[in-house]
Amino acid sequence: MTISSVTSLLIWLPIASALVIWLLPLSRYATGSLAVLVSLVEVGFWIEQVTRFDFGQSGLQFSESATWFGDLGVSYTVGEYGFSLWLVGLTVVVMAASLGYGFWVGRDRPRAYFGLMLFLTGATVGVFVAQDLLLFYAFFEAMLIPLYILIGVWGGPGRLGATVKFVIYTMAGSLLMLAAIVVYGLQAGTFDLVDAPTSTSRWLFLGFMFAFVIKAPLFPFHGWLPDTYRESPPEVTAVLSGVVAKTGLYGMLRIAIPTFPEPTSYYRTAVLALAAATLVYGSLLAFRSPDFRGVVAYSSLAASGLIALGLFSGTDLGFDGAVLQMVAHGLVSASLFLIAGAVERRTSTGEFRLLGGMARGRPALATLLMTAGVISLAVPGSASFAGEFLILAGAFQRAWWWAVIGASGIVLAAMYMLRLISAVLHEARGSTVGDEALDLRPGELALVVPLVCVLLVLSVWPAGISGRSFAGDNPTGAVEAQFR
Amino acid sequence: MIPTPNIDWFALATILTLLGASAIALLGAVLVPHRARRLFGAVVSGLGFTGGIVAAVWLYADSPHGHAVVSGAFYRDRWTALAQVIICTVGLATTFLAFEHLPGWGRGADRSRRDDHIAEAFALLPVCAAGMAFFVGAGNLITLFLSLEWFSIALYVLCAIDYDLEGSLEAGLKYLIVGSFGSAGLLFGSALVYGATGSINYQEIASRVGTQGLDHNLLLLLGLALIIAGLGFKASAAPFHMWTPDVYEGAPTPVTAFMSAATKVAALVLAMRVLQTAFPQESHLWTWAFAGIAVASLAVGNLAALVQRNVKRILAYSSISHSGFMLIGLSAGTAFGAKALMFYLIPYTAMAFGSFAIVAARERELGEPVTLDNLAGFGWERPFLGVAMWFFVLGFAGLPLGGGFVGKFYVLAAAYDHGWTWLVIVGVVATLVSLYYYLGIVRAMYMRPGAELEVAPGGVATVAGGSPPREALLHAAVAAALAVSVGSLFAVEPLIDLAQKAAASLPF
Repeated sequence: MTISSVTSLLIWLPIASALVIWLLPLSRYATGSLAVLVSLVEVGFWIEQVTRFDFGQSGLQFSESATWFGDLGVSYTVGEYGFSLWLVGLTVVVMAASLGYGFWVGRDRPRAYFGLMLFLTGATVGVFVAQDLLLFYAFFEAMLIPLYILIGVWGGPGRLGATVKFVIYTMAGSLLMLAAIVVYGLQAGTFDLVDAPTSTSRWLFLGFMFAFVIKAPLFPFHGWLPDTYRESPPEVTAVLSGVVAKTGLYGMLRIAIPTFPEPTSYYRTAVLALAAATLVYGSLLAFRSPDFRGVVAYSSLAASGLIALGLFSGTDLGFDGAVLQMVAHGLVSASLFLIAGAVERRTSTGEFRLLGGMARGRPALATLLMTAGVISLAVPGSASFAGEFLILAGAFQRAWWWAVIGASGIVLAAMYMLRLISAVLHEARGSTVGDEALDLRPGELALVVPLVCVLLVLSVWPAGISGRSFAGDNPTGAVEAQFR
Repeated sequence: MIPTPNIDWFALATILTLLGASAIALLGAVLVPHRARRLFGAVVSGLGFTGGIVAAVWLYADSPHGHAVVSGAFYRDRWTALAQVIICTVGLATTFLAFEHLPGWGRGADRSRRDDHIAEAFALLPVCAAGMAFFVGAGNLITLFLSLEWFSIALYVLCAIDYDLEGSLEAGLKYLIVGSFGSAGLLFGSALVYGATGSINYQEIASRVGTQGLDHNLLLLLGLALIIAGLGFKASAAPFHMWTPDVYEGAPTPVTAFMSAATKVAALVLAMRVLQTAFPQESHLWTWAFAGIAVASLAVGNLAALVQRNVKRILAYSSISHSGFMLIGLSAGTAFGAKALMFYLIPYTAMAFGSFAIVAARERELGEPVTLDNLAGFGWERPFLGVAMWFFVLGFAGLPLGGGFVGKFYVLAAAYDHGWTWLVIVGVVATLVSLYYYLGIVRAMYMRPGAELEVAPGGVATVAGGSPPREALLHAAVAAALAVSVGSLFAVEPLIDLAQKAAASLPF
């Protein structure tokens, strides 16, 4: 296998598999097995990439380029930097777990379902590796299509309203980004991100940021989030909060900050304020939320705020911490949403007043939820702690009060996460928790345990990511040089 | 004595081929036995369109340097030829669709009368396309008007051909009256322009405006305004769009599919040519006029579509809004804009045709007009057609599932290139609004609650024995439209190259 073909393969293998699944009249079992197999092959390809990636070298690696339409300078250019490699890894791992979950619960209409999930995998990987603005936009939008159908067909009772809200919100942002892309690209004469000249236009910066803050999301652009996360099938929510939300943050890191240095510093305080507000507000809502998924959903909102705080602190520590936290939070929220799905399957509800006492007789569920929850609340020694600490240290270098606000988020995280754990696992036995609500089955363990194990590995060795995201471990230098 | 012009027969090859096919098909209406007429007509029409495509492609390849032929009455250039290729391709696909679906479900169940006027339909289809193929190359105001009437009259009859179908006659009559109004405006405008400049030839008009200093001549400007209005009627751009939803809804669906795709090509391609060739000095006026019409079309089309329940009406309003998008390219008044317009037409025609073809399939299955309600479950019952519709409507919405995305990108880029950032913003806002109803179609097909999914088919399907009809030709036509729509996302480079060469024949 040549070096260059892997990046494209990561995008097109799942999309081609989706077409195969749609075209061939395979049985339910064969469809699911094929889809899970493809997702595991993706993980394999990614591991192979990690072994060959040169973390010390600056610039794009594993890159490929072909002309898409030359008259406007639009090309199909893909490739990876250190941080995009980690985000691609997050995508393929979370997608594999989610596909496995869909297979385990036996989703209706399996060919449509698995095809869409694979399509989503390809599109999401595409977002993280696209190095052309229009290509990035195409993948950014392409993610929306399978998500719309996945939520609308396999979602909960309120799914129709949730999908409309989700799509209209995110498209409002991304269409403004399209306008900004048109203007920026024609001014620059190229849409190539690798050779992108910097721009001082504040309007263009806002156009891009609008799309990213909605996708991430940041307060007050999070209106789509609660309904969407509640009504989606749990594995789709895992993908949404674990991976798709990260594309917005990735966009800030890859496009908004390096391409618009002057507007970034002009709006820095405003964005930091939004990020801090998101962190506190999300944490408070999580604390008030009456159900399992609500807590995890709002904690994801808070995490987005924290990561944006790191990114816009504009410091070495902030960037490193943001990338680490993106990966750690992606894994932890995916695990929590999958566990939430398992709980909901057993009790047909996620509401705390109907749950409780599930730890007794269900050691695997208790252990996994406890572990994931404790990592999520950033207990010292965990991967999230490392990420949050770096972010807060970076924010402190910007100004001490950002770090103070950020630290309050950690306190709140402990409050809502412990409330979640005790409401589900401890306290009196809930009215919906019957004896027939079994412990996690081997199939479910096979999905969640690997995610938690990766988290434990990261907890032991967070520098594996934080020290290997930017060339020469010099994030601000890499950002200023636009990752060239 | 009137001198006989030198006629370049090859330049007219597309038109002559189509007219020949039409004549043979019409003879079939008399000479061929009743039960064989459908097959005969379809084969003749299909061969005619295939011949037309070959001729137009040949013409494209063989006319790198465009020039006027037949005493300046017709342009032999790549702009004409590429539009002819698109029109003939749509015609061929319509032939496929019409073989199974014309007349529609109105008379569909009554087998004995179903083929009564089928041969006339298959004669009218190529003659209509021939009119459009002539229209796009028209070189003076008289040939412009004649060819406009030529294809319009054929369309009036085609709209009304399924006379048992409720609304079909009404559609034909409405189109006749409103269309005549537009034609009359165009004719009057032409007369005023002739009065002002003393010429009917585009290039001479332009040169006389220049030499005689007619830039601010009131007659000329009024004439130009009326010509724009007349073309606006044919392109169904707001505020000249009011016939569109009723006619599209009432006409037999294969005819609607043809109209929504081919008529738009003809009207927009010609508009670009006549304005740029005959009125380059007035471009500061007509660019603004078309920008205004584009904004009005985007607003009217998208907002009105939001409240529709009938799928054909939704698609009709969507076609109005797409006129708006393509007029953005036109209003740039640059070679870039022309290229963007020509590129946009390729995926647009595929998506417009394909979506109406799918509506035709559902109509026949149900035996009644297709609404968002009785579309429920369609995506699961007919997986291929459902997925295709999914691609078409989301492609309309500009999601990167097809060339519609690239087309939108190009027209917005053309607007920016012209210096109109505000038009870019209008375009993206319109796209956002349009998402709601496009997604509504997908929602209706896939996401309705289970109880609503079992819609009892009451039309031909049950009459014929329960299972959905096979409709091989319809599937083939939809598959081709899907291939063009998706293919134009990937093969942008060759297609934009074709469009660029075509645009190069216009005098920018």
